[in-house]
Amino acid sequence: MAAYCYYPGCSLRGTGIAYEESLLAVFKLLHLPIEELRDWNCCGATSYMSIDEGSACVLSARNLALARQLHYRDIVAPCSACYLVLRKTQDYVQRYPRIGRRVEESLGAGRLHVLNEVRVRHPLEVLHTDVGLAKIKARVLRQWPGGKVACYYGCQMVRPYADGDPDHNPVRMDELMHAAGVSTVDFPLKTRCCGGTLTGTMPPVGIRLNEILLAEAHHRGAEAMVTVCPLCQYNLDAYQSELRHRSKTFAEMPVFFFTQVLGWALGGDPARLGLKRAISGRRQIAQWFPKQRAEAAAHV
Amino acid sequence: MSESNGTVRIGVYVCHCGTNIAGIVDVKALTHYAAGLPNVAVSRDYKYMCSDPGQDLIRQDIRDQHLNRIVVASCSPHLHEATFRNATRAGGLNPFFVQMVNIREHDSWVHTNHAEATLKALDMVRAAVRRVAHHEALEKARVSIRPEALVVGGGIAGIHAALTMANAGKHVYLVEREPTIGGHMAQFDKTFPTLDCSACILTPKMSAVKNHPNITLWTYSDVTAIEGYVGNYNVTITRRPRYVREDLCVGCLECLEGCVYKQAKVPDEFNMGLSKRRPIYIPFPQAVPQTPVIDPETCIQFKSGKCKKTCIEVCGDRHAIDLYMEPRTEHIEVGTVVLATGFQTYDARRSPYYGYGTYPNVYTALEIERLVNASGPTGGEVVLRTGGHPKSVGIIHCVGSRDENTNRWCSRVCCMYSLKLAHLLKEHTGAEVFNFYIDMRTPGKGFEEFYQKLLSERVHFIRGRVAEVTDASLHSSEEGRLVIRVEDTLAGFVRRIPVDMVVLATGLEPRADAQEVRRLFNITCSNEGFFLERHPKLAPVQTFTDGIFLAGCCQGPKDIPDTVAQAGAAAAEALALMDAGCVETEPNTAYVMEEACCGCKTCISVCPYHAISFVDEKQVSAINPVLCKGCGTCVAACPSATIRQHLFEDEQIFAEIEGILEYA
Repeated sequence: MAAYCYYPGCSLRGTGIAYEESLLAVFKLLHLPIEELRDWNCCGATSYMSIDEGSACVLSARNLALARQLHYRDIVAPCSACYLVLRKTQDYVQRYPRIGRRVEESLGAGRLHVLNEVRVRHPLEVLHTDVGLAKIKARVLRQWPGGKVACYYGCQMVRPYADGDPDHNPVRMDELMHAAGVSTVDFPLKTRCCGGTLTGTMPPVGIRLNEILLAEAHHRGAEAMVTVCPLCQYNLDAYQSELRHRSKTFAEMPVFFFTQVLGWALGGDPARLGLKRAISGRRQIAQWFPKQRAEAAAHV
Repeated sequence: MSESNGTVRIGVYVCHCGTNIAGIVDVKALTHYAAGLPNVAVSRDYKYMCSDPGQDLIRQDIRDQHLNRIVVASCSPHLHEATFRNATRAGGLNPFFVQMVNIREHDSWVHTNHAEATLKALDMVRAAVRRVAHHEALEKARVSIRPEALVVGGGIAGIHAALTMANAGKHVYLVEREPTIGGHMAQFDKTFPTLDCSACILTPKMSAVKNHPNITLWTYSDVTAIEGYVGNYNVTITRRPRYVREDLCVGCLECLEGCVYKQAKVPDEFNMGLSKRRPIYIPFPQAVPQTPVIDPETCIQFKSGKCKKTCIEVCGDRHAIDLYMEPRTEHIEVGTVVLATGFQTYDARRSPYYGYGTYPNVYTALEIERLVNASGPTGGEVVLRTGGHPKSVGIIHCVGSRDENTNRWCSRVCCMYSLKLAHLLKEHTGAEVFNFYIDMRTPGKGFEEFYQKLLSERVHFIRGRVAEVTDASLHSSEEGRLVIRVEDTLAGFVRRIPVDMVVLATGLEPRADAQEVRRLFNITCSNEGFFLERHPKLAPVQTFTDGIFLAGCCQGPKDIPDTVAQAGAAAAEALALMDAGCVETEPNTAYVMEEACCGCKTCISVCPYHAISFVDEKQVSAINPVLCKGCGTCVAACPSATIRQHLFEDEQIFAEIEGILEYA
């Protein structure tokens, strides 16, 4: 089996380090070979893309070209922003000759070529399609200690490249959770805005958007949220103390990466799933994953 | 061949078409040049060749100058080929000795350089002069037209077309798939903009169909095969068993009450599942025919064979219920066919963001039609699925219309029926009603006035495509209600409007089996899947298959007035054919030179019109000239070059090519 090419992007080395830890653990538990792309660079997301599409595509295309040069078939981009920009680059290079030429010239200087043969994959889709629900279900070793979760997909994962999941009502994460023995709540806000970078640039707007998501998840009986995107996770996780100060009724809850939940269910070492990196809901986390349980399971 | 009747003498006529041609092409130079071409005896130019004096020139020259070939350099043969063929015939020549050169659409209209356009015209005329020398005399075939008609689909379009033809004395077979005729119109409560009761204006026409001596009505039936050609179609119709005999049933409907199911348990299709029916049922009180039907999927006798069969007991001596009924096949011969197979509404589940199927109080417009209807599931009382009456209602327009992700076309009727439903819902409940629209489209007689009336009734109109319907509340006023999120594009901000009931104005789309019907009748569909008319303006009810006509929404979304008008037009076109009794066919058909045919059957597989059959005795292909449209596909495909085509003989085509390239 050809190894998956892992493209971390900046987030998985920063705020989303728990995502990287749990993702690699899950791949290991499922015996999926995965190797980090050598000499990767910025994906060209958000700011680049909105100011200069051409440059953003060049940055992104270099990563694709490198992966191709190293004969990888699938490049796995866990960050939704990376995923979107890599997909967009492949699309734009073909669709807009102006961008195609620009990228070709720039890459040519480094003796690289744009090739769309590398498939850009999100790990959610890899686990759902390549591994399959049945296989995951068969490998579940631990019961989820927490209550129901709300699966939150964010926007970049499904628009416009949903890859077969219904773009307004994606279900892959919910199905993976069910396979791992975790109950989910019906969460109609699953693709609603998390605030994105507005939490930094216009905090009142950005934080309000997070409040809507968290309050609704709580209202529907969820005890935790599960995400696929480091920016969503960070936004939902980082501002809960502020929300708690604002409103007496606000209920703090942990916000996990889907790979953390899967990693736990598949019997991964809790210490290596980044569970302790959470900012909010630390009380629940301590209660659900007590130390002795972690040790008892360490042999798995 | 062509020279058999002596020397070839060609007349060339160059048309100015006012300034359409003469403004770009140097017509004088062209005429002068043509005069010098081989076999050309006369070359003239004239301001309008299609005018009577223009045609007279041709007639006169054929007599005076003994012309035997004519070339007219003017517009597209689509427009005036028939004109010049007639003029040639009037001069005493076979009409197929004419060749037209299209120096308007193919030259003056598409070029701006005078010199180059003139050069192109010279080339084209030279090619035609070479070609026409090889033309042969051809005769048109005549096909007789049977006086019977088939109408497929018993909605308002089919009903109107059938009645029109039957009233003109033609025998009409009306075939309907459902147990009753009436179609969608029977489900509507009121009709816009006059608000007259839909059933009240429809049911008299349904009875008229039933009682008309010239109409044979087959409901619960499907057309399963059709063969033949214009004027002579052999049609096979399968009549599904309804297990109640139409000839014996008197329509007393006692069997319905007599069913062992004391409570109706099956979702009622006619009421969009808002009420229940028994396994033996009649779709609605005024159904035609008034014969119940037994649904074998839900009838205990059919499922387990262990029913007390109380329905048969109740029917008693009439013996109308026959549980052993078999499908029946009818074979009929008709001259013309009117297709009126209608539409289906967009499945609102395909737009999950509007919550249909998720939130019980989200309805489709067709459900509301039944809900406000006095003979509907609630007797006209607007009761929510969760109980109680709505205090506010949101009507979302363009669900499955004008949307890149679903259907791109405008369904034409939704704005108006949304206005109607807004009026009816307000009338029935006094609720506050919001319409969410992209553009209000009210182009019809009395339609704009109806819109103004609704505005004065204080129905709210919010311009903006709705983003979503959600039960996620942000505020106590939204608790337990449905929130419509929309960008109000006139006010310029995003609004959240809590309502108790959401109505989705679902669009119209082709029926799921439209492609199968298309193949069965050998017609074409447009991109979106509606049946394609022969010409959008000048042949709106004809199809590309002669003798098959279109009526109603199977051709595209339209309201009741337009549907009835189109059904009348389709009937008139069919009547024109049947009253003429015969039709002439173009002689530009393909023919097989039998002695050289190797019997490989390649031609049969490529013919798009099913015009070629295989003669087993001779082991050769034979082309039915009535079905052949002269497309030439078989001519090109024949590996032994034994298929040729009138008016496209090799000599003619090669002469034309040589003429345009100017060698030999």
